[in-house]
Amino acid sequence: MGLGERSFDVAVDPELKIELGKQGIFVTTIQELYNWGRKSSVWPMQFGLACCAIEMIATTMARYDLARFGAEVFRPSPRQADLMIVSGTVTKKMAPQVVRLYNQMAEPRYVIAMGACAISGGPFKQGYNVLKGIDRYIPVDVHIPGCPPRPEALLQAFMTLQKKIDEQSLTGENRPRYLNVDAPGEFPVPEQGEHDLVPASNPNVWTVPVVIR
Amino acid sequence: MKTVEEIKTAIETAVSGAQLEIVPNGSPSAEHSLLVDAAHAFAAAKFLRDDAELKLDFLSNVTGVDWLDKETTEKVKVTRPVEKEVNGVKTMVDETVEETKKTVTPGYLEAVYHLYSMAKKHGPVILRMRTGNRSDKVELPSLTPIWRAAEFQEREVFDLFGIIFTGHPDLRRILMWDGFKDYPMRRDYVDPDDYEYEPTAHDDVLKRAQAHLAATTTEAAQ
Repeated sequence: MGLGERSFDVAVDPELKIELGKQGIFVTTIQELYNWGRKSSVWPMQFGLACCAIEMIATTMARYDLARFGAEVFRPSPRQADLMIVSGTVTKKMAPQVVRLYNQMAEPRYVIAMGACAISGGPFKQGYNVLKGIDRYIPVDVHIPGCPPRPEALLQAFMTLQKKIDEQSLTGENRPRYLNVDAPGEFPVPEQGEHDLVPASNPNVWTVPVVIR
Repeated sequence: MKTVEEIKTAIETAVSGAQLEIVPNGSPSAEHSLLVDAAHAFAAAKFLRDDAELKLDFLSNVTGVDWLDKETTEKVKVTRPVEKEVNGVKTMVDETVEETKKTVTPGYLEAVYHLYSMAKKHGPVILRMRTGNRSDKVELPSLTPIWRAAEFQEREVFDLFGIIFTGHPDLRRILMWDGFKDYPMRRDYVDPDDYEYEPTAHDDVLKRAQAHLAATTTEAAQ
């Protein structure tokens, strides 16, 4: 399922819907209404890890104004947050805490991995102390490259996330994780071992990508 | 400010028994450093801080250096008796043979302190201490009681190099977690083999990635 196509069955013929709208009759589905509500008030969690956090803060300020997307309410508690913006370098010392915070967030929850470090380890990839991407432990919805990404890039990621939320179906195979009883709700927090994090990645979330040259 | 040589003599007269050595710096800055023996380092440091003329009241930086065991080979001419047959008779003849002699200089860890004076507006004076070896004699005296600024930086040196500072008020790891066993800034440190996904590998990283791939494929085949 790509982002462009509609995943749910169209209950009302779109042209008929427009026609009815012109006559003053508003027709919708529960799914549309539900997704519209969720995408329009995605509250991020208030935490930053490195210099990307500065760009994230700039995004919330008047010039870039994240409030236009209904996301200006940064919550200081994971219990009240819908979105985790992993903004910056995730060190191996910090990684267990990031996963723990994600576990404490209530469903539905989303993750944006912001910047080179959060998506891959970035310039510290070959170091001993930096995690090679937070997607090794928690499911990431949108990755943003850049060092750091400009506020426009974060806004683009935000719009991509909204589009993704809008296309989620409430039933069927492609329904989101929180509506699937069998899907895991909690993600194992890695242990800090003698030489590295144990395990080095969560195999249910991350598998080694195939490099095509 | 006094030159390094003058500071050396000043310490030697003030602290009896202190053995100092000047480690030259060949660069244009010529910031030569003072190597002080671990036993008298604390007293020497106290003198540097309290001396009326030096008044090195500001510790700017503490860092560590890891010096590996150094193997040097030199060619030596050795003369020794060799049995030889001359005209059918076996006799002992002295012969000069060239031999290569290998000497191993044991490695050590080094703590480096950069000192300045706020009162006198001079510096830096660079102080060095060396451990006995790299494995079991890694204790050095902590200079935290003299310069409070050393506390976190000595913890960092302990964390990354494994130098144990005796007399430190709170010697714990500061950057890595408590259960961590390695010393990542040592030159023989081997980082975890997490080279499973290297999309743009080159040089050493490429070698590590290939080694990882070879290891995992043979593991899977077994």
